[in-house]
Amino acid sequence: MAYSEKVLDHYENPRNVGSFDKEDPTVGTGMVGAPACGDVMKLQIKVGANGIIEDAKFKTYGCGSAIASSSLVTEMLKGRTLDEAQAIKNTSIVEELVLPPVKIHCSVLAEDAIKAAVADLKSKQK
Amino acid sequence: MTNETQVMPIYMDYSATTPVDPRVAEKMIPFLTESYGNPASRSHPYGWIAEKAVENARNEVAKLVNADPREIIWTSGATESNNLAIKGASNFYSSKGKHIISVATEHKAVIDAVREMERMGYETTFLQPEPDGLIDIKKFKDAIRPDTVLASVMLVNNEIGVIQDINALGKVCREEKIIFHVDAAQATGKVEINLEKLPVDLMSFSAHKTYGPKGVGALYVRRKPRIRIEAQMHGGGHERGIRSGTLATHQIVGMGEAFRIAREEMEMENARIKKLQSRLLSGLIEIEETYVNGDIEKRVPHNLNISFNYVEGESLIMAVKGIAVSSGSACTSASLEPSYVLRALGRSDELAHSSIRFSIGRFTKDSDIDYTIRLLKEKIGRLRELSPLWEMFKDGVDLEKVEWAEH
Repeated sequence: MAYSEKVLDHYENPRNVGSFDKEDPTVGTGMVGAPACGDVMKLQIKVGANGIIEDAKFKTYGCGSAIASSSLVTEMLKGRTLDEAQAIKNTSIVEELVLPPVKIHCSVLAEDAIKAAVADLKSKQK
Repeated sequence: MTNETQVMPIYMDYSATTPVDPRVAEKMIPFLTESYGNPASRSHPYGWIAEKAVENARNEVAKLVNADPREIIWTSGATESNNLAIKGASNFYSSKGKHIISVATEHKAVIDAVREMERMGYETTFLQPEPDGLIDIKKFKDAIRPDTVLASVMLVNNEIGVIQDINALGKVCREEKIIFHVDAAQATGKVEINLEKLPVDLMSFSAHKTYGPKGVGALYVRRKPRIRIEAQMHGGGHERGIRSGTLATHQIVGMGEAFRIAREEMEMENARIKKLQSRLLSGLIEIEETYVNGDIEKRVPHNLNISFNYVEGESLIMAVKGIAVSSGSACTSASLEPSYVLRALGRSDELAHSSIRFSIGRFTKDSDIDYTIRLLKEKIGRLRELSPLWEMFKDGVDLEKVEWAEH
């Protein structure tokens, strides 16, 4: 399996690995995927009072492409508003990482993770 | 060919294929450029020399398994032998019945050949092994029907290395008058095979799993009591009409030499490899949450198939670039599904996904084992830091009870 250089880079040097406190009201947590599928992503965003995502962290159980997708996403999210985060499409992940067709589902899962994290945050803010 | 100098990983994938032993290669080469005659050419020394070499090789193969040389048929490999045995025997004896028994953990070469017979109107039963990978004799007996014509069970499993009790299964087949085929591709040179004693009718052999070249194998076809099979390759009537096609002398010579070395060195080699296997196992089980797949006793020393929980298989393979191993089997490594062999053992999808097959061999060194242990400890640690499942496990969450947001 030939991985692109970008995927290998994110895999060797993943950005923003870790966890925030789930209970923190400024943190949104999205957990998507299932062990049976071989892909589980946990994506967390920390949002400032101004509604901008100040920090993001991830943990992923999955192949190199899945790890790279979620790592890339944490970079893409920093400095964005929640609306901008919601607008991130999996295709930009595919393009940036040069994912082959068989790995596109990893980028889709990453997009789902963003939406789940934002939804979680919004439900806390109600 | 690579242009830049590539550092090759340490080879720990002997179950996928083995390097040709230098002694074997040396023996083969003259038959490419000097003694290149067709063994079927009866009228000149080129043919006679080739024929003699083929018969010597046939003797060597027969000697390793204590068979008569006349019971050895040359093929292009174990896949062809499996096809020839399964299709050839069930077709020949179809008047007896049209039911075939095999096992869910067989190599694809057997499973697909049996499925092909299904397409041709046969009925099939694929037995599930026990969690340790071994077949329960009672379940085997229960699967037999009056119209069962053939059973096929591999001697050594390619993914998990377990050794089936072929002797006991064969005895059952004799009692029920069922033809018994055994795929021994992974077994030659690793376990003793005595076809004079074993109640087996057909047995498949591969050269490239035993330090011979790829592209050649053999099928044992018992003479006493006589078993007959329908040819699958026609054209020239070679190998007593059972398998037509000009014999590839150099390939056959290679297989003969490989099997001679196997016979002479098996005992000593197995002892050395057993030590390496123990060392590898004791090093790896120091890592938390590891599971050995397949019975730990009834296995060949060359194989260790281990699942590392909470870490995904493909990322694991990527992490251990310094060693050449496989996750599941070579045949299934292209698909996204977890190993069907591990699933048949009852392993969860996660454990089936996160397995590595370490298979060592003749050229594996102590330092290779030590490097592997260090590498796995480091990389598993790193991947677990990345894993949300490991985090949940450490937090005491029961992952069985979680509702996953699957898509």
